[in-house]
Amino acid sequence: MSALVWLIPALPLAGFVALVVGGRRLGDPWAGWLATAAVGGSFLVVLGVFADLVGRGAEARSIHQELFTWIPAGSFQASMGLLADPLSITMCLFVTGVGSLIHLYAIGYMHGDEKFSKFFTYLNLFIFSMLMLVLGDNLLLTFLGWEGVGACSYFLISFWHTDPANASAGKKAFVTNRVGDWGFMVATFLVWTSVGSIGYLDIANAAHHGEIAAVTATAIAVLFFVAATGKSAQLPLFVWLPDAMAGPTPVSALIHAATMVTSGVYLLVRLNPILHAAGWANDLIAWVGVATALVAATVAVTQNDIKKVLAYSTVSQLGYLFLAVGTGNYVAAIFHMVTHAFFKALLFLGSGSVILGMAHEQDMRRYGNLRKYMPITAGTFIIGWLAIAGVPPFSGFWSKDEILAGAYAHNKVMLALGLITALLTAFYMSRQVFMTFFGPERWREADAVATGDGDHADAHDSAHDSAHDDHAHHLTPDHTPSESPWVMTLPLVVLGALAIVGGALNLPFTDSTKVLEHWLEPVVGVHELGVEGATLVALAAIAVVLGLVGIGLAGAVYLARRIPASTVERPEFGWGLWIDRGYAAFMGGPGRALFDAISRFDKAVIDGAVDGVANAVGAAGAVLRRTQTGRVRNSAIGLATGAVAVLVYFVVRMSF
Amino acid sequence: MSAPVFAAATAAPFNPLLVMILVPLIGAAVVALMPKARADLVRQVAVIFSLISGASSLYLLSEFVTKQGDFQFELRHAWMKSFGISWHFGVDGISLFLLVLTGVLFPLAIVAVDPGHDHKPYYAWLLVLMAGSMGVFVALDLVVFFLFFEIVLVPMYFLIGLWGHGDRIYAATKFFLYTMFGSALMLVGIVATAYLHQRGTGGDWTFDVVEIASKPGISTGASRWIFASFALAFAVKVPLFPLHTWLPDAHTEAPTAGSVILAGVMLKLGTYGFVRFGLYLFPEASRFFAPVLLTLGVIGIIWGAICATMQKDLKRLVAYSSVAHLGFIVLGTFSLTKEGIEGAVLQMVNHGITTPALFLLVGMIYERRHTRNIDELGGLQVSAPILAGFFTLAMLASVGLPGLNGFPGEFLALAGAFKGARWWAIVAASGVILAALYLLWAYQRVFHGAAEGDNATMRDLRLVEGLVLAPLCALIIVLGVYPKVMLDRIEPSVTALVEHMQHAEGGGR
Repeated sequence: MSALVWLIPALPLAGFVALVVGGRRLGDPWAGWLATAAVGGSFLVVLGVFADLVGRGAEARSIHQELFTWIPAGSFQASMGLLADPLSITMCLFVTGVGSLIHLYAIGYMHGDEKFSKFFTYLNLFIFSMLMLVLGDNLLLTFLGWEGVGACSYFLISFWHTDPANASAGKKAFVTNRVGDWGFMVATFLVWTSVGSIGYLDIANAAHHGEIAAVTATAIAVLFFVAATGKSAQLPLFVWLPDAMAGPTPVSALIHAATMVTSGVYLLVRLNPILHAAGWANDLIAWVGVATALVAATVAVTQNDIKKVLAYSTVSQLGYLFLAVGTGNYVAAIFHMVTHAFFKALLFLGSGSVILGMAHEQDMRRYGNLRKYMPITAGTFIIGWLAIAGVPPFSGFWSKDEILAGAYAHNKVMLALGLITALLTAFYMSRQVFMTFFGPERWREADAVATGDGDHADAHDSAHDSAHDDHAHHLTPDHTPSESPWVMTLPLVVLGALAIVGGALNLPFTDSTKVLEHWLEPVVGVHELGVEGATLVALAAIAVVLGLVGIGLAGAVYLARRIPASTVERPEFGWGLWIDRGYAAFMGGPGRALFDAISRFDKAVIDGAVDGVANAVGAAGAVLRRTQTGRVRNSAIGLATGAVAVLVYFVVRMSF
Repeated sequence: MSAPVFAAATAAPFNPLLVMILVPLIGAAVVALMPKARADLVRQVAVIFSLISGASSLYLLSEFVTKQGDFQFELRHAWMKSFGISWHFGVDGISLFLLVLTGVLFPLAIVAVDPGHDHKPYYAWLLVLMAGSMGVFVALDLVVFFLFFEIVLVPMYFLIGLWGHGDRIYAATKFFLYTMFGSALMLVGIVATAYLHQRGTGGDWTFDVVEIASKPGISTGASRWIFASFALAFAVKVPLFPLHTWLPDAHTEAPTAGSVILAGVMLKLGTYGFVRFGLYLFPEASRFFAPVLLTLGVIGIIWGAICATMQKDLKRLVAYSSVAHLGFIVLGTFSLTKEGIEGAVLQMVNHGITTPALFLLVGMIYERRHTRNIDELGGLQVSAPILAGFFTLAMLASVGLPGLNGFPGEFLALAGAFKGARWWAIVAASGVILAALYLLWAYQRVFHGAAEGDNATMRDLRLVEGLVLAPLCALIIVLGVYPKVMLDRIEPSVTALVEHMQHAEGGGR
């Protein structure tokens, strides 16, 4: 199987090319099936390579396949080479695995859309790019994937581009990411000049031999983290991700929850040999991570759009991942990345199913009691909820607990912030579940949601409130929600199962149950958590109790209605939104004014000076004035004759 | 891919360089002699002559010996013996792809755009322009180079002035006078070079670039002055900030074919000049002035991008984007590193593919909607999805998306600059953010949103238009995935250039 690594990205690429050529002819649903088959095939190849790697000794678990030289210039050499090792194959497994499920789901979700085949064309291109990102054997190839997924994200967010809000959201995502890309490029230059290569194996080698100075390593780490704050939506660049919900829901699940947004985490884990030498950069990563986790969780409490809650939740969970990376807890980062991919993809797909069942209404205040109408969606969504809320034995409990344990060993304040976030997470997710699947059927009440009342964050955000999934649908009081077709519920069931058992990847009981830890050891090395036995159990207990408190609180507010919602959904919680508004105000205000001033200066002063000089110089000025009278041919011919005369004069002069 | 090493280049049955220059000239004469009424026939003849010249450039590419840094297909024929002026032509890895680019772009531009009136002079001028452009890139004699450098101004002046839009005479005159002013000083520099070189070496008079470079005889101080005179001419042509304001006028008012050739070929006269006649002839002066040129390059990257963002005319926006892109080329060149110069040469060619594609697309929109005002356009992706698809590809290439052709050159230029001039590169790299901003914002306003009025009924691409764009788009992908095919041929010559510079500076004068 090892010789077939290239097939992993090649199959989705082939699917993309086939769909570009014949997607329209295949149409709905066959284009979707072709795309799904391409990703499914890729998943099978990944399984084969995975089995191959498992069969080898730990140190031999690395397949390096060089296809051709991409950019060779002087001492800068970038190959088109693939590196299949425990880390990249883990990524590939869930990218293609979850990816196939989401492709399948999208066949149902996108049914009837006039750009059905185009959607799958982009989706396959996305999977290809994502696989290049994780399989690339050097920084530049990862950058190829990095930019590729960014472009696909742009295409897919603005997929329904006739709505200006969707188009804006796509552009915002791309441009914000580009800010991070600046960091990626400069970091790559720095790696190249200090290591002499941009290949991951060479980088690891150089770092292990201490050939990278601490200052350089710190700079590299910080710059790559800047890149990660863009792609993985961390402070201060997270603002694009909530807007990205403008894309169709399968896109939100695949790109903006499970895979692309974890790229930054992957990159930093891949470069862990540099992080080891990077000193305070690690603290920076951890602090930004935990701060993002907390800020986004508070914002999530105030959101009423079902997808926006999940979007802020994703930002918050990604913050956890960076907390893990910054505390050197790479296994926990990858562990939670995988379980998060399961339960967050599940939650997004579930929300998509709800949105479809509710005539494209996304406001949770008009939901309620949907478990009666959509039992599979409700059941699987509840699994996802329990997993993210950290209720044992669901997967999220195990992986989140490892991150918190790592934070405990590192810094108690980080732990405290992480625990508060855990409580908030349980609260806002319970709120979502209770509002959606329990309680009265609120869409039956005429005009249940008047503008203003109880609408805190969203009311201010109307300009950016672009998360509406489709156009011109109306939820009427006599609407009867119905369960989605099997292509959509099957992925929900599979992901639900994974969200339950995903924790088994790395159970903390004995050394032999820490499967993921041993599997990743060749790449990330051995990391002693420094937290043992009773402490670990106590930490877990505290986290579980806080999670239950969050659930209970939400129950008191949204189920028992003992506490009015307005006391909890404080506008102050939406303070994270001010960052976004600040950018918008700057870009629309001083930023635009500056650009305008420069543009005016260019015309009035720089160009004005040219015209001034031309006019001042007698002959030239005369020509300019004369030509402007409109006697086109005369003056043109006159000028040309003059030019030729000058030329002839020069040439003749030289020959004497 | 690789030519046999033992087959000497001169073993080719004919020298394509002469064909590339002379055939379009003959074509221009033929066109001039044809009956005025037969516009279609004139056009076909022009296409054929440009195709022969273009085919020769492809033949040149196939016969070019890959792992060799020296000039190939050299031709030398004495012109004015007593002054050492000769028709000295030759091609190396630095000029090779610019010639091929010229050979590809001209037939495309001729096929793509109908001038609407006065077909005969239009095609004749285009063919003269083609000959002149080819000549610039093969000339290895300063006088011959200057001759071609000036000749190309005339047809471009007429193309803008007679077949352009809006304020075309103003734009044409500005273009003409501005570049003439720059090259007047260069002429002084050329004469001074030959004179001082003759004095310094005590040999015969010569204007031969290779001879002057191989036998340095000009004092450091004098060579700096001469370099400055060359640099001014090239800086106008590139154009470098703050000498760039002729460009948006000329590009915007030019007919589409003119914009294509301006952006694709003529801007490269300046950047090519910097490499061939700046770095190669005056290594020490190049290093001396590098900080100035790097700074102007970086300012150009940011400035051009900011001005592009604020443009209301789509064509003007693309024109300003050239100011930014050419800034990267100057940055790479004056990093004076192998990687940077290779990136610069690569980017010269790739910008010459991407930006012409954008100009063609803008031209197609203009032809349909009779406006280039971004505010009047909108929702075109609904009415013209194929056109939008082509535009997206060219736009992403221009933004510098890896995997497309805009990336390798820009990246190498920055990498080389990081090696040679770190802080310039760090600032310049922020240009990639701005590039995304102005192009995506423009795309959003033109193609996204709901289509109303004339925008809703706009016709999508015709087959011919698709066929014109197809080769450029194919190149955008192929050269993005496999730039090695170019770098393999560029690298030996750049290596030779860098070694020559080190040798010349280390060897003393």
